Amino acid sequence: MTAQQALFLLFGVITLGAALAVVVGRNLFHTALWLLLVFFGVAGIYVLLEAPFFAAAQLFIYMGAIGILIIFGVMLTRRVMRQPLPRANEQWWLAAIMAVALLGVLAWLAWQQPWTAAAAAVPENSISLLGLALVDPEGFALPFEVASVLLVMALIGAVMIVRER
Amino acid sequence: MGVWAFLSNVIVNIGDWLRGLLTAAGMGAGWVNLIMSLISAVVLAAFPLVVVIFMIWAYRKIAARMQGRLGPNSSGTWAGPWGIIQTFADAIKMLTKEDIRPQGVDVVPYNLAPILIFAAALMVWAVIPFGPGRAIGSDLGIGIFYILAFSSAALFVVLMAGWSSNNKYATVSAFRAVAILISYEIPQLLSVLAVVMVAGSLSMQRIVEAQEVPFLFVLPLPALIFFLASLAEVNARPFELLEAESELVAGYQVEYSGMKFGMFYLAEFINAVGMSAIFTTLFLGGWRGPWVGAAPILGTVWFLLKVSLMVLVWMFVQITLPRLRIDQVLAFSWKFLVPLTLVTVCVVGLVDRGLSEVAAGGVGVWARAGALLAANLVVAVLTWLVASLGARREQRRVEAWRAAQLEEAEVGA
Repeated sequence: MTAQQALFLLFGVITLGAALAVVVGRNLFHTALWLLLVFFGVAGIYVLLEAPFFAAAQLFIYMGAIGILIIFGVMLTRRVMRQPLPRANEQWWLAAIMAVALLGVLAWLAWQQPWTAAAAAVPENSISLLGLALVDPEGFALPFEVASVLLVMALIGAVMIVRER
Repeated sequence: MGVWAFLSNVIVNIGDWLRGLLTAAGMGAGWVNLIMSLISAVVLAAFPLVVVIFMIWAYRKIAARMQGRLGPNSSGTWAGPWGIIQTFADAIKMLTKEDIRPQGVDVVPYNLAPILIFAAALMVWAVIPFGPGRAIGSDLGIGIFYILAFSSAALFVVLMAGWSSNNKYATVSAFRAVAILISYEIPQLLSVLAVVMVAGSLSMQRIVEAQEVPFLFVLPLPALIFFLASLAEVNARPFELLEAESELVAGYQVEYSGMKFGMFYLAEFINAVGMSAIFTTLFLGGWRGPWVGAAPILGTVWFLLKVSLMVLVWMFVQITLPRLRIDQVLAFSWKFLVPLTLVTVCVVGLVDRGLSEVAAGGVGVWARAGALLAANLVVAVLTWLVASLGARREQRRVEAWRAAQLEEAEVGA
């Protein structure tokens, strides 16, 4: 086993273990912290894949923004201090069906994919290549712009909701 | 190699010497790399700690002098000339204090928070260039983005400390902390974006190399915005609402004592030095200075001098300015800094791009710097005009409100 495989296993165990803790935990605040650990584990896997930009973006967006948002949500939830909280509500069967369906779709996609792992070296200037691909009309310029329009819409919507009338 | 040649690039040479020693001892290349990485990690983690011990002394001394006091001194108990070993005494006191754990705290997050906040403060130092070439922990391609990502990801630690302390002051302080840090992250990120656009790279070493003219004189507006935002990020005085003593006792650290409190305290100072180092790298030309080509170690000297200057500026601001109100702090970021930064980034991008379109062979370094400086100044003047107009309107509004209040009072009487 190479060092890289060992590290991959380590980050995999961290991610999956923390994810399990998120699901089975009874203290909402703790599960939110476990979720941050999940994000961190995924960032570690990005580093192993030699995608440092994605690792940093993972830390920045998921741990720095989404994680904080979730913790805020948890803190503003009523009766969060009542211990132990029930793990599921009456809609658990719906969630279970959706989860199994999602797992099925993902597994099917993974099965369909011919995993021909090409051992190409990661280009030295991968960040500038990524940047160019995002603004190249042949590349991902359109999805990139659509995503930013979506975000602007969300921003304006938030302002509209909270503005004083 | 002569003594002078060795000393002229002492950091890299010591590294090479150790590497040669380990290889000669018959180690594989992988192990040598691992050991060298560990050594540089230890050095990089120890450096800010050593600096901070003296910085705390200097801070207390300067603050005392500015406030008409003496500060640490040897008049009571002997503490060295000018009280210089006072910090060591404090450190020993903190380390030997009883570790008090208040009833009702959430044990694991409560104990984890000081460790994590300390670790996050040290992470930044991995990508700070101390000198040309290899005098850097790791010249990551994402350099500055790594720093911003870590300082953003470390946000939750404050929340963790505040919430797990089971104290309402701590919780309110944690909420404030997150509100302030998230608000000021945006102008900070965008002002860094202007730097990255002009430098053409995220790597800290490339950004330093791109500064033929220090970016402070090319991008004065982003420099100012970055400085203000980093003041807020390190919880310095005008934005220091996390531990506003008069309102929140000591903020999210209120339930911590002994060395756990000490770790928060140290992390704050390490963050201040770290922010000064980042500002130096981004805007003051990092290790650039005269005769660096001949003796690379001079680069480290220039770098440390510039960082000390920034730390001094930080101290002056911290000591002299009063604290703002929480809504003023947030409004200043969202209603003033964010729009200003957005405009600045757009203008900088357009001017830079326009220059390269106009002059096919590329313009000279000085012409480019001058054009960008002029653009920055135009934006600054326009901002000044808009802000003063807004201020006048606000003043009229307040006066009208006061007049109405007076009238009402008279009618009532």
